Amino acid sequence: MSSREAILARIRAAVADAPAEEPPLPRAYRRSHLAPGADPVGLFAERVADYRATVTRTDPAGLPAALAAALTAHGARRLAVPAGFPAELLPPGAWQWHHEPLTVPELDGLDGSLTLAAVGIAVTGTLVLDAGPGHGRRALSLVPDYHLCVIRAEQIAADVPEALTRLDPARPLTFISGPSATSDIELDRVEGVHGPRTLHVIIVEPREPA
Amino acid sequence: MTAPNDRGVVWLGSPAFPEAAREALKDGQLRANLRRATATIRDKRLSVSAELDDWEQLRDAAAAIKQHTARHLDRYLVQLEESVTAAGGTVHWAADAAEANRIVTELVRATGGSDDETREVVKVKSMATQEIGLNEHLAEHGITAYETDLAELIVQLGDDRPSHILVPAIHKNRTEIRDLFAAEMGRHGIAAPEGLTDEPRALAEAARRHLRHKFLSAKVAVSGANFACADTGTVLVVESEGNGRMCLTLPETLITVMGIEKVIPSFADLEVFLQLLPRSSTGERMNPYTSAWSGTTEGDGPSAFHLVLLDNGRTDTLADPVGRQALGCIRCSACLNVCPVFERTGGHAYGSVYPGPIGAVLTPQLVGVDSDTKGAAASLPFASTLCGACYDACPVKINIPEVLTHLRAKVVEAEGGRTVEALAMKAAGKVLDSPRLLTAAQKAAALGGKVLARDGRIGRLPGPLHGWTDSRDTPAPPTESFRSWWRKNREGGTS
Repeated sequence: MSSREAILARIRAAVADAPAEEPPLPRAYRRSHLAPGADPVGLFAERVADYRATVTRTDPAGLPAALAAALTAHGARRLAVPAGFPAELLPPGAWQWHHEPLTVPELDGLDGSLTLAAVGIAVTGTLVLDAGPGHGRRALSLVPDYHLCVIRAEQIAADVPEALTRLDPARPLTFISGPSATSDIELDRVEGVHGPRTLHVIIVEPREPA
Repeated sequence: MTAPNDRGVVWLGSPAFPEAAREALKDGQLRANLRRATATIRDKRLSVSAELDDWEQLRDAAAAIKQHTARHLDRYLVQLEESVTAAGGTVHWAADAAEANRIVTELVRATGGSDDETREVVKVKSMATQEIGLNEHLAEHGITAYETDLAELIVQLGDDRPSHILVPAIHKNRTEIRDLFAAEMGRHGIAAPEGLTDEPRALAEAARRHLRHKFLSAKVAVSGANFACADTGTVLVVESEGNGRMCLTLPETLITVMGIEKVIPSFADLEVFLQLLPRSSTGERMNPYTSAWSGTTEGDGPSAFHLVLLDNGRTDTLADPVGRQALGCIRCSACLNVCPVFERTGGHAYGSVYPGPIGAVLTPQLVGVDSDTKGAAASLPFASTLCGACYDACPVKINIPEVLTHLRAKVVEAEGGRTVEALAMKAAGKVLDSPRLLTAAQKAAALGGKVLARDGRIGRLPGPLHGWTDSRDTPAPPTESFRSWWRKNREGGTS
């Protein structure tokens, strides 16, 4: 008998005592912990900043300038930009935009990466990338030491349950909540180990009607 | 099907818990490190779990999902195998540690490439691979496994053992880590910089430099899994540092070793566990990075994905109607941080890769209490005061005290006997299960206490029970039980 068959047979024998009737799964928990009437975008911004990431809020017209300001502040000049990132958003200036194909050592030699995201989660301050257009493959937003990520307000889900319904599990998913961190030394939190040590999130909100 | 001694889990030659604990208690530095660390993390966990006013409903759902999965484990594993295979992965089944180690070794060798490349793998922190002693097995076959989690790196460089599920180097302070990095890093790759200080930031930077080249050049990675969704074949690794993302993304081949109990029915069920796990574990609303992948993706990440499904004593555990709930564990380590015994002895005293309260119920079940290794494993169900803090902290509501008393009876039975303790534990189990018997027992205890107690303490119990009182006083039982007081005072005296 193969180990597969042996394990399955042992499981069947082990649970043979279970009663046939099974109660329905209790799902009395909330679908969202966002307070009624609360602004998910504001909460998202606050919770992302709690992880010591930098957060900027802007509108579509202000985005290129916000990108330029972020890159200038961090001193990042050579950026990986994934396929599908809208070229019209790239600010004019002395930046080098590096496009795929990029080898891993080439990625390692860049200052940072500039990507979009698939979903945000307000309550937990989480970004989710799914390798869609403008996200790049997973290595692109991982290897360079600085990650600048643009998310639109309508992509922000209130909480984890809603966010999961918006995601496609067939795609590789990366949930990002702040910069890389460790608490392995005396439980003293240090931002930045192997992943990007600096995370900057730019939230693009529709312009207020005049 | 497998000899329990082939299962790993426990460290060979470990003394029984009381002996190991006595040694650990002599180490004042260790106790200070542990007290500070566990207190910090307890406070963080409490504050973020209190943010969710439906925390209890989430725990109920998590416990029910795990219970449901366990009773249909055969069906969900087969479904997982189909989903992973359809997504481009390959599934292997390993009955025990030896078989899992053999499968992984063969997979590493089969990746081809030059000798140097196939002699190195990078690893994401994984309890399952620690349990089976994978690193040691690979080393015997000429393959070096590099641990990449900071704490695991500290443990590996020090030729040490992990002492905590979440923070395995919690027993070491910053100065000890600095000295270790300065002395050892150079022997395994890039050395620590000259003049390395003991600032955590500097130590993390040294680890980053030390491992960077290994990440960028590794051809094979080995990981564990926090969850695997049967419906979609999605496997998840929850982490903080980005070493997980590096290992899961950059190498050409990814081998994931996963206990069979890690499967959950659906991707949607993650809505429960992704809320509970980070808050219970690191005390964060969400951990920095969670990677989720289904099989392989053209042009993104490894081109070969192998999932090794590990039994290694889990089906034995599943066969025990009381003990099987321990399989619901999501390895958050909240129970370690609230345990008064763990806080004083540390993790090494448990002699197992699974320390603390969950280790005390998991270890003896995985290796069996009547195996040759029983010296250490069989002593673990007694490594508890039964205070119940672990049960309260557990995000999947594993009733650890219940399993502990159940296992105590099993251990005593395996030791040959109908000893007073075995009978007492069995009787206690029956009495605690029945409100009627409990009321009767409490009345009897109140009467007995009146006879034996002096100044509210019982100094020495009579007959075969004296062993309990030889080294401690026993508080006299209250003259009235809380249940009876409650009935009189809160339920209008209808008793």
